[in-house]
Amino acid sequence: MRQGYDGIVVAAPVTIPYARYSVHGAHHWLGRALHGLVQAAHLAPKDLDGLCVSSFTLGNDTAIGLTQHFGLSPRWLDHIPMGGASGVVALRRAARAVQAGDADIVACVAGDTNAPDSFRATVAGFSRFAIDAALPYGAGGPNAAFALLTDAYMRATGATREDFGRIAVSQRDNARGFPHALLRSALTMDQYLAARMVTDPVALFDCVMPCAGAEGVLVMRESTAKNLGLAYAYLRAAIERHNAFPDDPIQLRGGWAMDRDELYDMAATTPDRIGLLQTYDDYPVIVMLQLEGLGFCAPGEGPEFVRTHDLRLAGDFPHNSSGGQLSGGQAGAAGGYLGLTDALRQLTGAAIGRQIAGLQRALVSGFGMINYDRGLCSGAVILEAV
Amino acid sequence: MIRHPGNPTILPAAPLVPPAARSRTAGGLAVAASQGRFALQVCADCGRSQYPPREACVGCLGARLNWRDVPTGGVLSAASTVRISSDPYFRQHTPWRMGSVRLDCGVDAMVHLHRDCAVGGRVSMVLKLDKAGQGVMVALPETDINAMQSDPKFRAFTCDPAGRRVLVTDGRTTFGQAAARALIAAGAEVFLGIAAPWHPFPGQNDLPGTPMTLDLTDGISVQNAAAAIGARVDIIVNTSGYFRPGAGDARAAMEVSYFAALRLAQLFVPALQARAGDGTHPACAWVNMIGINGLVPDPAASLASAANAATLALVRALRPTMRPLKLINAFVGPLDDQWHQALPPPKTSTAQFAQAVIAALRDGVEDIAVGDIARHILAQWHDNAAITLHA
Repeated sequence: MRQGYDGIVVAAPVTIPYARYSVHGAHHWLGRALHGLVQAAHLAPKDLDGLCVSSFTLGNDTAIGLTQHFGLSPRWLDHIPMGGASGVVALRRAARAVQAGDADIVACVAGDTNAPDSFRATVAGFSRFAIDAALPYGAGGPNAAFALLTDAYMRATGATREDFGRIAVSQRDNARGFPHALLRSALTMDQYLAARMVTDPVALFDCVMPCAGAEGVLVMRESTAKNLGLAYAYLRAAIERHNAFPDDPIQLRGGWAMDRDELYDMAATTPDRIGLLQTYDDYPVIVMLQLEGLGFCAPGEGPEFVRTHDLRLAGDFPHNSSGGQLSGGQAGAAGGYLGLTDALRQLTGAAIGRQIAGLQRALVSGFGMINYDRGLCSGAVILEAV
Repeated sequence: MIRHPGNPTILPAAPLVPPAARSRTAGGLAVAASQGRFALQVCADCGRSQYPPREACVGCLGARLNWRDVPTGGVLSAASTVRISSDPYFRQHTPWRMGSVRLDCGVDAMVHLHRDCAVGGRVSMVLKLDKAGQGVMVALPETDINAMQSDPKFRAFTCDPAGRRVLVTDGRTTFGQAAARALIAAGAEVFLGIAAPWHPFPGQNDLPGTPMTLDLTDGISVQNAAAAIGARVDIIVNTSGYFRPGAGDARAAMEVSYFAALRLAQLFVPALQARAGDGTHPACAWVNMIGINGLVPDPAASLASAANAATLALVRALRPTMRPLKLINAFVGPLDDQWHQALPPPKTSTAQFAQAVIAALRDGVEDIAVGDIARHILAQWHDNAAITLHA
């Protein structure tokens, strides 16, 4: 049995409101997230002795360059290039660093900028496998990769477009109460179904909107948080898995299935005691894989699950409390933190939008890096209210 | 800028190319495609096939990954149609069908997908050169022997002469005349270049196609021909060259080979390139007849070896700059002509040459060897260029 994360807490959730386009670089957005963290915790920058960074648009810079850019002298430094799994993986590493005494307060930040051509440029140079073997086949980018997964998932499970629509429409309802979401106008099932096809069967409201933005949290010992007077939540369990099931012809499951028993055992809980599920949602099909992989339903039963549950904040299965990336926008690597920061706000009673009453436990899941034909990173954490 | 022939205010579709960047290792796909083979990296240690191209075996981490022919069968795992692409070339060509195939050799490949392939069904894979000159995976229905032609989208990978206008540059030779006849039989309209038409030559009273004055040793003549028909020609088949044994007039040899190709490249081919994205049958190929001695020098034909090597180097250097055109090298051995009377067979015949050019255009390959001798030498070169050039 793995050692737990006893005494390790997560605090100071910071969301820098997203913008469709920004004239600033990624450094600006990451800087604002760090500024937000020290302000929220009443710290001086020098108090941050650990730093963990995720971003796609820093050019040649990594976390080390940012220490000089931001005037920080951390004794623990990490750079996590795992896209949608960045938040989960950052928490997992930062927690161990604090637990071992390698750092006392770790700032975990993710952010990206977005200019009119940035997303195309990121797709065009994403990875060697993507350049050699994905981009030349229509240059559909992630839409095309997820279209193939969605097509295979629909054939394997009988999922319909309405099933994916239930995810998109319920999240838009959640976003309507979250002022930072970029897409807050009402979305009906009819509108979802009538939207134009982008890459069959992926249509417009299955896709996330690239944008600029940043997110961040602090990881520290519980005693530190108490001394600072911060609201916090406990990190109870964390898993990560990379390149799971590489021999599957097409991705119908992520790595969660390999590690979820350990996740729930570590947290001494079960799926039915999770009060809020934050999935990584850059395409509804991946939400289905998380519902199945994390044990909320059996493999192949994702469609039935979304038909029989109300995924809205006020529903019986609150899911993606801030509207997720489908409504909030995808601020690059910050998309891997979006569910984490809002789960933390919900657990500490500090929701920006509608508060889930009496929330005890949230599960935040991450999924990232379509290196070629499937997402390679998967992970999850369970956070518990004090 | 080439304008629309009927309406000068209409801009033709620009000659764009799909994403061309690849790792050096992935260049092996283009090498296989240019020869019409279906080859992937195969681990010399554990025998596992690899895709996408790798630097270490995905099964055993061994570094000895060699390009080997692998079985072409597979099953279509999923399919999609890209309707919105971020790439300007594909934006010209959407909707574009693509899919994911589990090959019988165990790898998964994203593919260009024939319209008649169904998910869950078997497909037959080929490697084709795309308009960027890169090797790409193409999935075809197993039962359709005419599959490359039966999906109109797949015209992007081939240069079928049917319905296209072709300039054959040298109608004074039996090779030029044979190519012209075969191209007409294949459905092309042919212009046949004749240098010094007042000078008698074999077959002059029974010329195929539309004869026109064209002397590739004279820049003005090439310019005039380009002005007259450059905006209409879709394929050039250059049969001018120096294919004689022994020594001779080196300057004259270079004039009819290297300089002839250079004049075409500078004065005529740009007109094709400008129209290489336009219409249902865009301009698509420049074929050069080149002695295989330009690749592997022949001591019995030192002058021809140098002349053909110069032409070959020119064509290869120009290739990346001439996309989306295909620049096809039709390598010939000793020709079955008056200059090789004393040489025993096998020799490259006019019929072999003509049929090989048609096949290369239909298949969209870029390096073909015509006749047994050229095929044998090219095989030796592919097997081990260093030994072949040393011997």
